[in-house]
Amino acid sequence: MRTEELVSLLARATEAVDPRWLARRYLIALSAGTAIATLLMSEWLGVRPTLLRDLSVPMFWAKEAFCAALGAAGLLAVARLARPGRRPGWVPIGVAAPVVAMWLLAAVALLTADPRDRSVLIFGQTAGVCPFRIALISTPLFVGIFWAIRGLAPTRLRLAGAAGGFAAGSLGALVYSLHCPELAAPFLGIWYVLGIAIPTAVGAWAGPRLLRW
Amino acid sequence: MVEARLRGLLLGGLAGDSSAYHAFLKDLSAHLRAFLRKRLVNLPEEVEDLVQELLLAVHNQRHTYDPRQPITAWVYAIARYKLVDLLRRRSRKESLNDPLDEEDDLLATSDGEAAEARRDLAKLLADLPERQRAPIIHMKIEGLSVAETARLTGMSQSAVKVGVHRGLKALAAKIRSES
Repeated sequence: MRTEELVSLLARATEAVDPRWLARRYLIALSAGTAIATLLMSEWLGVRPTLLRDLSVPMFWAKEAFCAALGAAGLLAVARLARPGRRPGWVPIGVAAPVVAMWLLAAVALLTADPRDRSVLIFGQTAGVCPFRIALISTPLFVGIFWAIRGLAPTRLRLAGAAGGFAAGSLGALVYSLHCPELAAPFLGIWYVLGIAIPTAVGAWAGPRLLRW
Repeated sequence: MVEARLRGLLLGGLAGDSSAYHAFLKDLSAHLRAFLRKRLVNLPEEVEDLVQELLLAVHNQRHTYDPRQPITAWVYAIARYKLVDLLRRRSRKESLNDPLDEEDDLLATSDGEAAEARRDLAKLLADLPERQRAPIIHMKIEGLSVAETARLTGMSQSAVKVGVHRGLKALAAKIRSES
């Protein structure tokens, strides 16, 4: 087939592209992923009984804002890296800012605490399980977000995969936070970040394998 | 200027204007050919194949174009991705092959204008499953409407549209796996 023939073939009877297609795909991926992740969290671990009381604790909102800000940065990164020719832009800053802010809070908490209390601030009661639970709960979101990216055309597969994993991990952490009893900034700055790092690393590994087109 | 012209044509195409889209693909193929000739100096026989592969990729991924973005950046990213992919596949293949066919390069350097693609897309098209092949042949080659194609094939109209869409994607996937 000559190139002119291919051009004619492709151009003939083209359908208009629905501009809402993209938003719809993300919406399906995120709502299904979040719903399954939430179900997983509530069936497996249960929503924390003190949740209503925690609503008046400022640190609870700091924790939610931390996860939500990371999730938003991750989704913006995905939106950019999932299509050809968009640069990461200020995405690294959006990812780093909440982490740095949490680390500052952690430093203040550790410096002002009684030295004997510091290990509790760092390890809480669930340090050993927290990162793995976050990684597990983020799995449905990971699948959904990768499915959405596969419908697009990422050209930097490792970065796009890492961004997808990061977004899934952050949103997974947000879901997990409704179970997790920990509210200390040092704990969140270490174990939550580690929990999000797991799907990010998996995403960076899986990107070149699953996202090729 | 090229940027503004191509962008206008593509946006027209995305809105369903076939003749704008045709002009876009035609212009684009000339740009792609020049771009690839410069970068595939040692592999001139690959140029036209890759031009066709890129046109198919641009078409299949046209929904990923963000109107706020320069079209050059979008096309370049796709071209670069497929070019790197091609070179990677070739180097993998070449490391297995006897490297003695290097002298072929000597003869291949005369690069006529009307380079022919070596890969025959029509043949790949013929290998697609019937539900994809028939809608593409009727609509995209014979120029029938969705309704006529549906009547002729006994498929529903939405199945016809899906068949065209999936068929062109499958064609791109076949190109990737065969080379």
